[in-house]
Amino acid sequence: MARKLLLEHINVPDIHTFDVYRQKGGYRAVEKALKTLTPDEVVEEVKKSGLRGRGGAGFPTGMKWSFLAKPEGVARYLVCNADESEPGTFKDRYLMTHIPHALIEGMIVSSFALGAHTSYIYVRGEMMPQIRILEKAIAEAKNAGFLGKNILGTGYDLELYVQPGGGAYICGEETALLESLEGKRGNPRIKPPFPAIAGLYGCPTVVNNVESIAATVPIINDGGDEYAKIGIGRSTGTKLISASGNLVRPGVYEIELGLPVEEFIYSDEWCGGIANGKRLKATVAGGSSVPILPANLSLKLANGDPRLMSYESLSEGGFATGSMMGSGGFIAFDEDQCIVRNTWNFSRFYHHESCGQCSPCREGTGWMEKVLHRLEFGHGKMSDIDLLVDVSKKIEGNTICPLGDAAAWPVASAIRHFRDEFEWHVNEPVKSLDTNYGLANYAEPIAKAVSTEN
Amino acid sequence: MLKVEEQQPVQFSAALIEKSEEIVKRYPEGKQKSALLPILHEVQAELGWLSPNAMDKIAEFLSIEPIEVYEVASFYSMYFLKPQGKYVLEVCRTGPCCLVGAEKLMDHLEKSLGVKENEVTPDGLFSWRGVECLAACGYGPVLQIGPEYTFYENLNEQKVDDLIQDLRKK
Repeated sequence: MARKLLLEHINVPDIHTFDVYRQKGGYRAVEKALKTLTPDEVVEEVKKSGLRGRGGAGFPTGMKWSFLAKPEGVARYLVCNADESEPGTFKDRYLMTHIPHALIEGMIVSSFALGAHTSYIYVRGEMMPQIRILEKAIAEAKNAGFLGKNILGTGYDLELYVQPGGGAYICGEETALLESLEGKRGNPRIKPPFPAIAGLYGCPTVVNNVESIAATVPIINDGGDEYAKIGIGRSTGTKLISASGNLVRPGVYEIELGLPVEEFIYSDEWCGGIANGKRLKATVAGGSSVPILPANLSLKLANGDPRLMSYESLSEGGFATGSMMGSGGFIAFDEDQCIVRNTWNFSRFYHHESCGQCSPCREGTGWMEKVLHRLEFGHGKMSDIDLLVDVSKKIEGNTICPLGDAAAWPVASAIRHFRDEFEWHVNEPVKSLDTNYGLANYAEPIAKAVSTEN
Repeated sequence: MLKVEEQQPVQFSAALIEKSEEIVKRYPEGKQKSALLPILHEVQAELGWLSPNAMDKIAEFLSIEPIEVYEVASFYSMYFLKPQGKYVLEVCRTGPCCLVGAEKLMDHLEKSLGVKENEVTPDGLFSWRGVECLAACGYGPVLQIGPEYTFYENLNEQKVDDLIQDLRKK
């Protein structure tokens, strides 16, 4: 069995309660950090661990913390990003539902490290049940002396609050999240200044994903060096993977980074293979924003070596033959799925969620949705395929926040790897309405299937 | 032009005002505008939707301009700016849920309830709509019902019919 750091006790009855969590060794990291370490030493352990942001960008957490400005007499804030909205991703919901104290404990340790005395957990509004769970957990922790004034007699004060969002994917972008937390529309801010200098209420702020914050608990308990021993290369530690789509056992899994993709999909310890005895056609490895790959490139690198679940291996080959780790939202498509339809679905999502600030994204996402809609519903022209590529290129890199890129990549990658399926939709407008292009050569050995870069 | 129902004066309950006052305390002095999103949820839970009068009252409570409330309420997808059914069934319509049958489920829902997306059933009990990813992709198809956003997972047509029956009996 693989090592579990976050979900080790997930099956213990009532682990969501303070008492059971504490019996299982919970809140040791708070005791250790507050009583035996200085804030800088906590930051140092997190740096040593090599932990990379688990929300999608993969930026080293310790380094992000070290950028935090510390002017005298100015409040600093830690804000937890629990606005989990990336299609394919549901690990934070799982963690908060079943083991909320892991997040609360991580928030206390991290707030101490950063010198924050008020911290917020921004949870997407749709997760009202999880908001209630967290509020209860916070009350329990406060009751036990782990929150509030003079925590454990150490003189450190911390208040922790849960903030509901209003239903907007864009608020997962950290500056949009801060705008939203200030009671405004979720329009991302122009950077610089980065939140580390001017974040919430203009004060220095760190925004971290739920899983990143929870990971600080085992890092402090066992030390950053121990954490860094798990995983592979610069992909240290364990990662929660949300597995969805046509799998025998979809769900949330904690893997040691470096697990082969093939093993993750087919092993009975993990997803148990493709549902209903079907064959794999494609995967999206890290949430809807990352490039889609055909089955062959999902399992193997372009050189034929096995592809691993790690930041480096998933992006090996760049966008020509690789994808990205992203948020760890792993979506599997079986042979009956239509790539054109899915691409249309995703672009409808991005069009719906574009905040409208930047013209390339506001107009481009709508344009792509419209063109993909006509391709899917039998009204497409051959020139539409290149038009999509053209529009996606004009969005990419031309927006304030990464939503533009996130909207462009799925479209560009679908055409890069599945162009013949798009062409089939144009050539067979009637047939494509009720039949699918099928598996075609997408699972063929690599050499045959690598498409040319467009 | 606002319809008559949209111009009804609104009254916030004592519990709602107390809750809102508690929410405001979570933020530093002078940053009470941060309470806007949580209070919009509370008001919608009590009144079912956010009428212009309700939003004006929130603005007054938070000492901000009414436009600051309107622009926020209209930006986020969870806030209803029109009256809805008592139960709003919100089905996830994004990719992963569609891989496991969300689109068929919405067709079925439309037939079962006899109303189109965003319409209210004549008895005022139900409306439904497709919403974007609800972060439960491994348990799809899923739907949620506010104001507590109770979650229903791994749905099929039978389960949806049973759910509608149960809600009718409530």
